[in-house]
Amino acid sequence: MTVCETKLPPYAHFLGITVERDGDRGPLFQMPFETRVVGRPHFLHGGAIAGLLEIAAVGTVLDALAGEAGVGVKPINVTVDFMRGGRERLTFAAATIARLGNRIANVEAFAWQDDRSRPIAAARMTLMLRRAPQGE
Amino acid sequence: MADPAHPASQGFDPAAAARMVAAFGHNGALGARFVAHGEDWSELALDYRADLIGDEASGVLASGPIIALMDMATSIAVWIRRGAFKPQATLDLRIDYLRAATPGRTVIGHGECYRLTRRVAFVRGMAHDGDPDDPIAHVAGTFMMTDEA
Repeated sequence: MTVCETKLPPYAHFLGITVERDGDRGPLFQMPFETRVVGRPHFLHGGAIAGLLEIAAVGTVLDALAGEAGVGVKPINVTVDFMRGGRERLTFAAATIARLGNRIANVEAFAWQDDRSRPIAAARMTLMLRRAPQGE
Repeated sequence: MADPAHPASQGFDPAAAARMVAAFGHNGALGARFVAHGEDWSELALDYRADLIGDEASGVLASGPIIALMDMATSIAVWIRRGAFKPQATLDLRIDYLRAATPGRTVIGHGECYRLTRRVAFVRGMAHDGDPDDPIAHVAGTFMMTDEA
């Protein structure tokens, strides 16, 4: 099972986020420009960008853990850098797992619009993993 | 209504600005409400809603709406401190999720601008769901004044 078949949480639907598999690169998340993600007029809200980055980070970890029953992910913290204003167009996000441990995952996520090499925002997220107890 | 006790807010009405900002776009979609303000802080409320859930099994709110709330509360604190509704942009925001928000409870976000320079504002804040002594999140961040060279 991959995240592409996994149900995104209600909050992801609220933001209009969809996910598909980007070849070998892992899950690719997309958020369309709509009134509900606008901050100042004609620009994305920082909170909506942060929300997209968090959905990408958590979704990518869940995708990496796919097949493991009863796994859960809880955010410990996130640092978001806003690098460019998000304009009135589709926004993409993808995440890279820096380390996937038994209890902690360190993840980096990027968001971009027209050009993947020109990110509009980045996030570094520390996640706590809740795993089903292993058989003794 | 300028507050004469706060010289920085002369001619600037934080409550009116906050209500306007809170009603628009993403803030409006989240349903954030203005609660209160002081000379360098603002407080907003976010009611629990099923469509903002991040984990369906537990019903816990996603972390994203809490970041958005804190971005807005700290941003309004900067405007209050600047005494004007001028352009600014969030540079970075770090948030520590101390515990999960209790499902069903309204989240209160308290944002403070503790240092303002010509081009950069430094902010911090916390969120709780009823008891300020038992916060759900702490934030720290910076804003850039985009109207300054």
